[in-house]
Amino acid sequence: MNTANDNWDIVIRPQSKWYNLQLRQLWHYRDLLLLFVRRDFVAFYKQTILGPLWFLVQPIITTLTFSVIFGNLAGISTNGIPKPLFYMSALVVWTYFADTLTKTADTFSANAHLFGKVYFPRMIVPLSVAVSNLIKLGIQFALFLVFYFYYMAKGASFAPTSALVLVPFLIILIALLGLALGIIISSLTTKYRDLKFLITFGIQLLMYASPVVYPLSTVPVQYRVYLLLNPITAIIETFKYALLGVGEFNFAHLMYSVGITVVLLLVGLVIFHRVEKSFMDTV
Amino acid sequence: MSKVVLKVENVSKQYRLGQLGTGTISHDLNRWWHTMRGKEDPYLKLGDANHRNQAGGSDYVWSLKNINFEVQQGEVLGIIGKNGAGKSTLLKILSQVTTPTTGTIKARGRIAALLEVGTGFHPDLSGRENIFLNGAILGMSKHEITSKLDEIVDFSGVAKYLDTPVKRYSSGMMVRLGFAVAAHLEPEILIVDEVLAVGDAEFQKKCLGKMKDVSSQGRTVLFVSHNMAAIQNLCTQGILLEHGQIKTIGSIDQIITQYTAVNESTAAQIYFNNATTRTGNGNIQFQHLKIYDNTHQLRNDFSIGETLIFEFLLHNNTNELKSELAIQIKTNDGTPVFHMMARDSNTEIVHTSNQETYTVELHDIRLFPGIYSVSIISANTTGHEIFDYIEDCLTFTITDGGLLTSRQLPKSIGMFFMNPNWKKH
Repeated sequence: MNTANDNWDIVIRPQSKWYNLQLRQLWHYRDLLLLFVRRDFVAFYKQTILGPLWFLVQPIITTLTFSVIFGNLAGISTNGIPKPLFYMSALVVWTYFADTLTKTADTFSANAHLFGKVYFPRMIVPLSVAVSNLIKLGIQFALFLVFYFYYMAKGASFAPTSALVLVPFLIILIALLGLALGIIISSLTTKYRDLKFLITFGIQLLMYASPVVYPLSTVPVQYRVYLLLNPITAIIETFKYALLGVGEFNFAHLMYSVGITVVLLLVGLVIFHRVEKSFMDTV
Repeated sequence: MSKVVLKVENVSKQYRLGQLGTGTISHDLNRWWHTMRGKEDPYLKLGDANHRNQAGGSDYVWSLKNINFEVQQGEVLGIIGKNGAGKSTLLKILSQVTTPTTGTIKARGRIAALLEVGTGFHPDLSGRENIFLNGAILGMSKHEITSKLDEIVDFSGVAKYLDTPVKRYSSGMMVRLGFAVAAHLEPEILIVDEVLAVGDAEFQKKCLGKMKDVSSQGRTVLFVSHNMAAIQNLCTQGILLEHGQIKTIGSIDQIITQYTAVNESTAAQIYFNNATTRTGNGNIQFQHLKIYDNTHQLRNDFSIGETLIFEFLLHNNTNELKSELAIQIKTNDGTPVFHMMARDSNTEIVHTSNQETYTVELHDIRLFPGIYSVSIISANTTGHEIFDYIEDCLTFTITDGGLLTSRQLPKSIGMFFMNPNWKKH
C-alpha cells in the first residue's frame, strides 16, 4: 500500500513560500468567519439595555461634538453643507477605517490564547473584524441617510452625483486599506510591542491629516500635496463628492489610493503569513 | 495492509532563552547579515541536548531534536516523557500551532488537535452558539455541526442549559460541552493532550471510550498524558521522549516500563535519614528497608511465584510498648494493589528494645509483570496515630516469564496471575 506514498494532504515545513497565501484554506473556513462576525455582533450588546442602538449613539454624539467644536467654535467651512451632514459623511468612512485598523492591529496579541491551542488560518480573524465592522458601517450609513433625507426635505442645497456608483467600491477600498495596515501592525507588534502604543495616538493624528473635519478645498496650496499623499484623503473626498456633490473627485488621486492599498495589502499578507507561523514563540 | 498516515522527519524546534524582546533587533540584523552573505544563521547552532537543570552555552535551546517517526492508520500512539521532555512542543508542531525550526511533517487527511477543551468559548454566548463557534474553530463546517448537534448535546449531557450563556456553567459542564464538540470531529488524525485530567471519573471514562471508538473506526490517535493507566488502556504503540529526543519507540508496555524505570529507584535497599520524605509523629521510625529473596540475596526483580522478603529496622524513640505495622503495594501509576497489616496475619508487634528488625515474607507473589512501589507505615495499635509513614520508598519489578507461566501478561488484561484447577465434569 505504499505506492501512493507521495500523496500527502498536509505537509508542515519550517517556512512555506512567501507567495503561498493558502487562500483555499481560507475558503474552507468561511463558516468560522461568519460565526466570528456573529459572535462579535451578539456579544457586543449582550446584557445591555439599548442593545444594537449603541451603534447609533457613538456617531450621533461625535457628529454633534464636531458640529459644535469645529463648525461653530472654530468656524471651519463645510462647503455650504449642513454641518451634521458634512461631518457624518466623513465620519462614517473614517470610523470604519479606524475601527478596522485598531481592532485588526491586535489580532495576534488579543487572540494569543486561542492561536496557541488551535490551528485555523489566522487571516480569518482580521477578515471577520472587517466584516463585522461592515455591519456597524451599514447601521451608521442608514443613520446618515436619515439625516440626509431630512436635510434634503428641508431644502438644503446639495445633491448626489453620478459618482454614487463608486460608493460600494470606496467602502471596499477603505476596508482593505484598514485591513492592510492592521495586519502589518499586528504582525510587527508580536515582536516589537512599541507599535501598540503608537497606534492609538497615531490614529488620532491620522484623522487630522485626513479631510474629516475640514474639506480639502480649504487646505492652503503648499500643504495640499502632503494631504494628498495620504491615501485616505481621496477616498473620503470622493465619498463626499458622490453623496453631497462637494469635495474633489480626481480619478488620478483615487487610483493613487488604490495603488497604495494594493501594495500595502500584499506586503501585509506576506508579513502576516510569515508571522502566523512563528508568532507563538515570540508573543 | 497498513498505511502510514503521519510521517515526521528530522523535526527540530529551537527556542530562545531568557527575556524576550531584549536584543531581538540586533539579533535579527545579525541573522539577516549572515544569511545575506550566504552564511549559516549564527543562532542556529546544533548545540547541547535540552537539559533543563544545567545552563547551556548559548541563549538558544533545542526543545526538540531530530525527531523521526511514522504512525500507521488506526494506531493509537502514546507520547510519554517527563515535564520538559518536549511533548507539548511536539504536539504544537503537529497541530500547526507553531512550525518546526527544521524538518517536515507529512500527513494524510485532516489533523485535529485537542490541546484544550472548549477553546474559543465566548462566555456571553449560549451553549448552542458556542457549539457552533467551537466546532468551526476546530475546523467543522456549519453543515457538519448541524447534522451532529443532537449527538453532541446528548454526549455532553447539558441539554437543559443549552440556551444559557456558558459563563453560568460550572467548570465541569464547560469541559463536557467542549469535549463533546471535539469528540464529534471526524479527523483522520486526532491529537489529544492531557484534557482528560479534567472532569469527573465517569466523564473521563466516557472520553476514553469515545477515543477508543475513534481508533476502532480506523482513525489515528496521538495521545499525551502523565496518566499511565489511561495510556496503557488506550494506546498500542508508544514514544518515550527525553530531553527533546526520542529515547525509544515501541509497544506501549515496553515504553511504560522503561519510563517508570528511569523515574524510580533500582536499588533493593534504602536507608532512611533526616532527608527522607516521611510523615507521622516519629514515635517509632523506620531506619531501613530491604527486599531480598528466600536465599537472602538482595534483589528487586522477581518472577511470578517467587518469594519476596521485606526487612526493616525500627527505632523506638519513645518507649512505645505495642504498635501496628503495614506495607502497601501500589502499581507504578499509583493504583493501590494491596495493603498488608501485621494483625491480618495474627501478629502482635510488641516492643522489647528500641532497635528491632522485622521481616515480612510474601510467598508466591502473583502480581502481573510490571513495576510496583512499596510504602511502609508504623502506627499505634488502633491505627489512629501514625508514627511513621514513608510512601513509595522502594520499587520492585515483576518480570515476564518464570516458574509458573511463559505466556505474555500485559496489564491491559489483568492484575493477578491465578492458576486454579480446571476440571471437566
